[in-house]
Amino acid sequence: MNLQDFDPLLGRRVEILDPQGQVVKEDLRPAALDDAKLVELYDRMVWLRVADQEAMVLQRAGRMGTYAPTLGQEAANIGSAAVLQMQDWLVPSFREMGAMLLHGVPLELIYQYWMGCEWGSHFPEHVRVLPICAPVGTQTLHGVGLAWAAKLKGEPTVTLIYFGDGATSKGDFHEAMNFAGVFRLPCVFFCQNNQYAISVPRTIQTAAATLAQKAVAYGFPGLVVDGNDLMAVYAATQAAVAHARSGEGPVFIEAQTYRLGPHTTADDPSRYRTPAEVESQEQYDPLRRVRLYLEGRGLLPAPEETARWERYQTEVKETAKKAEAAISLNPDDIFAYHYATMPPYLASQQAYLHRLLAARKEAGHG
Amino acid sequence: MAKLNLVEAINLALKEEMARDETIILLGEDVGRLGGVFRVTDGLQALYGPNRVIDTPLAEAAIVGTSVGLALGGFKPVPEIQFMGFLPAALDQIICHVSRYRNRSRGRFSLPLVIRMPYGAGIHAPEHHSESTEAILAHLPGLKVVIPSNPYDAKGLLLAALRDPDPVIFLEPKRIYRASRDEVPEGDYLVPLGQAKVVREGTDVTVVAWGAMVREALRAADLVAPEGIAAEVIDLRTISPMDDETIAASIQKTGRGVIVHEACRTGGLAAEIMARLQEKAFLSLAAPLERVTGFDTIVPLLKLEDHYLPDAGRIGRAIRKVVHF
Repeated sequence: MNLQDFDPLLGRRVEILDPQGQVVKEDLRPAALDDAKLVELYDRMVWLRVADQEAMVLQRAGRMGTYAPTLGQEAANIGSAAVLQMQDWLVPSFREMGAMLLHGVPLELIYQYWMGCEWGSHFPEHVRVLPICAPVGTQTLHGVGLAWAAKLKGEPTVTLIYFGDGATSKGDFHEAMNFAGVFRLPCVFFCQNNQYAISVPRTIQTAAATLAQKAVAYGFPGLVVDGNDLMAVYAATQAAVAHARSGEGPVFIEAQTYRLGPHTTADDPSRYRTPAEVESQEQYDPLRRVRLYLEGRGLLPAPEETARWERYQTEVKETAKKAEAAISLNPDDIFAYHYATMPPYLASQQAYLHRLLAARKEAGHG
Repeated sequence: MAKLNLVEAINLALKEEMARDETIILLGEDVGRLGGVFRVTDGLQALYGPNRVIDTPLAEAAIVGTSVGLALGGFKPVPEIQFMGFLPAALDQIICHVSRYRNRSRGRFSLPLVIRMPYGAGIHAPEHHSESTEAILAHLPGLKVVIPSNPYDAKGLLLAALRDPDPVIFLEPKRIYRASRDEVPEGDYLVPLGQAKVVREGTDVTVVAWGAMVREALRAADLVAPEGIAAEVIDLRTISPMDDETIAASIQKTGRGVIVHEACRTGGLAAEIMARLQEKAFLSLAAPLERVTGFDTIVPLLKLEDHYLPDAGRIGRAIRKVVHF
């Protein structure tokens, strides 16, 4: 795929698999994305959807804190992260559970994070994923710094940086784009444009026709892709990552998708969009079109498909239990990780908390 | 041994440590070719090349924010904010990320970076070039905040900061960048972070100061000496974590105290020090503690700047007030 063919000022969008599951641009389909690979990625999308739905259930049941669902954004998550190699860095915002899972973060940890335990951001040493980042857009600079480090060391590492449409209004995003362009850094800016920043629609974020065209001003390629099309996301990310890895500098991808769920479990979307609007988007469900394609090819026999969903439904429930069981309730954790060596004043505040807890226990207050 | 001013001492520390530790890189506005607007990084790009002393686009949040990524990627970045008045743009990154990464990741990641910046008033600079907002930084868990008051300490503190595994903010009192020369040894010596220093011994009153105010405090001590007042002067050197033990021990000896800073009064670090002395030395106090600070105003432009800044005269008055209470 030639990035220049999709210069955002040309008004084109990368589309390969249409909502009916038909491949409309076979020539854009990457060779690596054969049917076997497609089944594998579809399987990951199902896993993500089930894990996401389970998180919503856990939150409603009081077993998890506020949670930001990925419903409807499975293709953008999975199709992009699937392109990365082990040594590549993945920098998430907070709606990239699928991308994080695919790049090696255990689901148990992601559940723990949303359950309210910092150990959920203590990823295994070999997993090159940064922790979830709540302040919108600020993580883009960290991704650029990681890419810069790779370039200075001469390592063939690419950094894939995620953020949403709202982040493109933030200064940090623009500074990140600018630094990446100036120093020709090996990173890919991956914008999950899900049309809403909580309640504020994309049209209030910018007067520009596309988000991707912002890359033009920073001197590097941008492109718009159907973010609900697994093949298109994969193809675009593969081309962008190859571009970055070859030393050609950054690429910006605007993946146009739709947040089918609320911003978080604390949000009430009925205050800012109609049920009809959401229903009109369901035909573009990213899972549906891959399923239709694979069914058409006879690659999803019904019994196996049913078993797949059931298996994941059982599995994620088990994972949730394991996550809960592994949560640390040790109050020493509050103090222990601010500095490599704990300063005396923190040690004394820690001792105070211990005395307080002991006194409460003695007084029978638990 | 060479006699160096504060700028030269910091430059020497960077030069030596960059030779010892190849992961150190400097980045910021004008730090490379120009050598910094105060010449603190003079000659370092010529010595270490443009990949280790990097002129960046003009963007404070990005200078600090990309330093986070560079640190996560294995480097020890030393970003420079050109003036503390331009720190606010980078505070988002410092508050939300620099100070929190180790805790957020439960120790998986640490950020061994040193953020340098000139701070303080007294050089007749334009607006936004005279701020001392160190209390904001001292308020943040997860950071260390260091302020040298002389060339010898500047080198030793900076070397200690560069070898610290956690983020350190290194504030440089630009008013005294070239005010004095000290014997500054070549080679290694560390001034440990978190340790105050008694820079003048005395028995009657304790004066606590840091940065450019240490010089004023010492002058004030000279001023009141002929009146038979022996003032002890403490240079705090690290404002976070704060060495309140050294201050409390001095107050237990003198029974009286004056705390000096050029930052605004309300919510300033003098208030914090006074609160700690209430906890640690209340029964030793023979008089209420005094503070000599900047006013709760914007730092005036150069024509009125001298009215704002605490000086030896104001500190001397406070000393007399607590001694004659």
